[in-house]
Amino acid sequence: MATIPVDDLTITREFGPHLSRMSGASLSTATEPDRLVRTHCCFCGQQCGIQLKVKDNQVIGFEPWEEFPFNRGMLCPKGVKRYLQGSHPDRLLTALHRDSSAAGGFRQMPYEQAIAKVASEIARLQHAHGNSAIGLLGGASLTTEKTYLLGKFARVCLKTPYIDYNGRLCMVSAGAANRKAFGIDRTTNPWSDMIGTDVIWVAGSNVAECSPITTNYIWQARELGAKVIVQDPRITPIARTCDLFLPVKPGRDAALFAGVLNLMIERGWIDREFIDAHTVGFDAVAKYCSEWTLARTAEVTGVPSRSLLQAAEWWGTAKTSFLFHARGIEHHSNGVQNALGTINLVLASGRLGKPKSGYGTIVGQANGQGGREHGQKCDQLPGCRDIANPEHRKYIAGVWGIDESDMPGAGVDAYEMFRKIDAGEIKGLIAICFNPKVSLPDSHFIERCLDKLEFFVSIDFFLNDTARHADIVLPGSLQEEDEGLVTQVEGRVIKINKAVDCPGEARQDWIIIQDIAKALERPFGFTFGSPREIFEELRRASKGGVADYSGITYEKVESRMGVFWPCYSEDPQTGEAVDHPGTPRLFEAGSYNPVAKGAGPFYFPDGKARFNVADYRAPVDDACEEFPLFLTTGRVVSQFLSGTQTRRIGPLVDQYPEPRIEMHPRLAARLGIHDEDWTVVETRRGAMTLRAMVVTSIRPDTVFVPYHWPGEKSPNRLTVAAQDPISKIPQYKVCGCRVRKAEAAPEYSRILEPQQ
Amino acid sequence: MPKPAHLNFYIDPNRCIGCQACVQACTECDTHRGESMIHLEFVNRAQSVQTVPVVCMHCEQPTCAEVCPADAIKRTGDGVVQSALKPRCIACGNCVLACPFGVPEVNDERQIMMKCDMCYDRTSSGKKPMCATVCPSQALFFGTREQIDQLRPLSEPINRFQFGNQTISTRVFVMAPKQIARVQPHLDVTAAMDESPQSRAVLLKVVADPFEDVQI
Repeated sequence: MATIPVDDLTITREFGPHLSRMSGASLSTATEPDRLVRTHCCFCGQQCGIQLKVKDNQVIGFEPWEEFPFNRGMLCPKGVKRYLQGSHPDRLLTALHRDSSAAGGFRQMPYEQAIAKVASEIARLQHAHGNSAIGLLGGASLTTEKTYLLGKFARVCLKTPYIDYNGRLCMVSAGAANRKAFGIDRTTNPWSDMIGTDVIWVAGSNVAECSPITTNYIWQARELGAKVIVQDPRITPIARTCDLFLPVKPGRDAALFAGVLNLMIERGWIDREFIDAHTVGFDAVAKYCSEWTLARTAEVTGVPSRSLLQAAEWWGTAKTSFLFHARGIEHHSNGVQNALGTINLVLASGRLGKPKSGYGTIVGQANGQGGREHGQKCDQLPGCRDIANPEHRKYIAGVWGIDESDMPGAGVDAYEMFRKIDAGEIKGLIAICFNPKVSLPDSHFIERCLDKLEFFVSIDFFLNDTARHADIVLPGSLQEEDEGLVTQVEGRVIKINKAVDCPGEARQDWIIIQDIAKALERPFGFTFGSPREIFEELRRASKGGVADYSGITYEKVESRMGVFWPCYSEDPQTGEAVDHPGTPRLFEAGSYNPVAKGAGPFYFPDGKARFNVADYRAPVDDACEEFPLFLTTGRVVSQFLSGTQTRRIGPLVDQYPEPRIEMHPRLAARLGIHDEDWTVVETRRGAMTLRAMVVTSIRPDTVFVPYHWPGEKSPNRLTVAAQDPISKIPQYKVCGCRVRKAEAAPEYSRILEPQQ
Repeated sequence: MPKPAHLNFYIDPNRCIGCQACVQACTECDTHRGESMIHLEFVNRAQSVQTVPVVCMHCEQPTCAEVCPADAIKRTGDGVVQSALKPRCIACGNCVLACPFGVPEVNDERQIMMKCDMCYDRTSSGKKPMCATVCPSQALFFGTREQIDQLRPLSEPINRFQFGNQTISTRVFVMAPKQIARVQPHLDVTAAMDESPQSRAVLLKVVADPFEDVQI
């Protein structure tokens, strides 16, 4: 039973989060670094170039890297202070095992002994209950090499179908929509293409806080004449000065897109020629949209008719345009439909595959793009191949040197894995780079499932909230302790460089995975000597897939400051070996791809893009009489995801110490709540108490809580575990709630530090 | 080496997203490691997400230096008003009270006034100040007049500020919308402090209340 060994507070006191601050070499101005290491930030999908200052095997600071073309030295506060995660007092320096008699509930153990224990427990459970009794959870902050290795480890070493990753919480709605519409899952253009465009539509993306560097691109486009449309229930910093704000009611995005497309069709603001030549499925979409009259759309979405008309006119009559979306429209039980709705607007306009026209989804995690391409998804094999496709299976089995029939089939999504733990089907779990106890919705359920595990091993550099349930914790590597590739928001493959060695008995994650394979006496295919060796195999594995990396080398990535995939080793048209430059812009007129084979620019055999009917469905657990308000969740600029790293960095915690509940003054007045008052927000799953932040920048029928904190400060105790039927993304962005003034301050406010 | 004369500092508050990258990066500077010299405030968070970053404006005739009884504040030939000189500053706080922009602060622990010196360690060696380098929205920009004219065609750099009867010229420019700059070659700071000012370079809200129709 993987229950926490001692109470949470005792674990927190021993393992943190505690705060690191500038001290010693990072505070001294007399200390000269030994060297500067050019690499990228460890946090979001922007993957800003940064130079880390290294002294005596410690990262002591940073220097902007102005030559890197995407961010040219720009960084957000997380990037500026990311170096403080190294040399941290909470850093795990040895393996641990659960021991309720030890301080903090865990006792140190020698690494080799921990690996042996992990292997014997996996072997025991698989012998007793079959290979599928073990599950594996990965993450999209890992390098592409590690994500590839995890996918291979699950299928070849563990022979379990049950692997999935935390991109399930992030990129899967966009990915599914992209594949359905374009046959390829990637943003279409480099961000520099935005400068000079006529209209930019930002649908559900708090750009300024979640992808800050993109702000400068959007605003530079605006300086040169672009109109900016922002669709959000909150007036975020990017919305404050936009040209048109669409204050959409949470969960109504598909209706908005259908209504706007209907207006465009009615008024002839579509590119008939492009639709006829390059797409299929328009008529069914037009028929569906015809049901979305202006009055009905305004009624359902909460956006005034005049604003919908304005959006349709600007979008419909533009000569060039960009549309971006992010979790705001994707974190829904209707997430794929919402994303398809945006794609329909883009396809009807005929504006993509051109220098100033494109479409993109803004990825959340460091490797949100690359981490979803090479096989750690439950239904995927490397190169964005399909694990159910016999040809794909055969090719990858060949690369891996195994019999195709020995390869498991598709598994299930990460949330469904917890349901299988609950049902007793999955009995052992290996987790890396994923903190589901904080990040999955209805997290009381997740906690109960963790408790039920017969064996749980967590690989991490800090003892994250989920790892508190572990039988064994293996000390993994920080981003700066390893090298490898990631693919950032534009589809640009870039190189993470190693700055320092792992401290203590900590190991690079790929070594840990291989050590487990070796201890299981199943080392075949897990004897790589370096990330570069893993990547060389990944090149072969991805070759011929849609996400083809075969022409990419570490040297090419470094010398060109990034390479956009697909990048072929052999010309897809002639089959001849080439030094391929990569593909910065997708779908250019006349472009050749290996799926369409010259039939057209899109990645289907006929070369045409697909319109898909993007059906509006009301959210699950919508606002109702009993729970009359919408609860929506998201990020703040100084924190990242479940906060395992950023809640340990003092200056970032100072900036926004604890979650607060944002509400409009009209709502606050009705509830008798003032700014800073302790406030209770309650849903069908639970309640939490936190301070109010009374601001006019949010819809009066909606409240917002950021999600970076654990336990009683976590809004995921309240969110609903409803998932999109296609992508399985959870519906984080809306559920019904009620709000009242608290009678007293919560107990945690007297016990816990803000970051805990 | 002085700060190169062709490189200027421009503040564009309309671009500020309040992310505090500048504040965090300022603490990394060698001349005041661990302390930020930037002031970044919400104008009125209840009403708007608008924030305004303030660095030292580097006045042509610095009031802080003029009121300093110890002659501790020097303006170098390149126009940069330096932070207080350690042996001279008596931490009296005259400069704090006198600066029209509210920039200097007295560090009680070290008993010295500290303020932004335009990252003199960086700018005097050909680099950009830390804050303007990292600023993700480029609300803080360091470069040439030609660059800013090309990048911001809708705005005009202004470096004259009216405080009642006093006009102050500065080395640091504030970007103002062209239609305002055309009729008003300086920013009237005291007038902007009225309850309902005629014009602001910083607009609290640009969209009219988008939520007026929302029923609760």
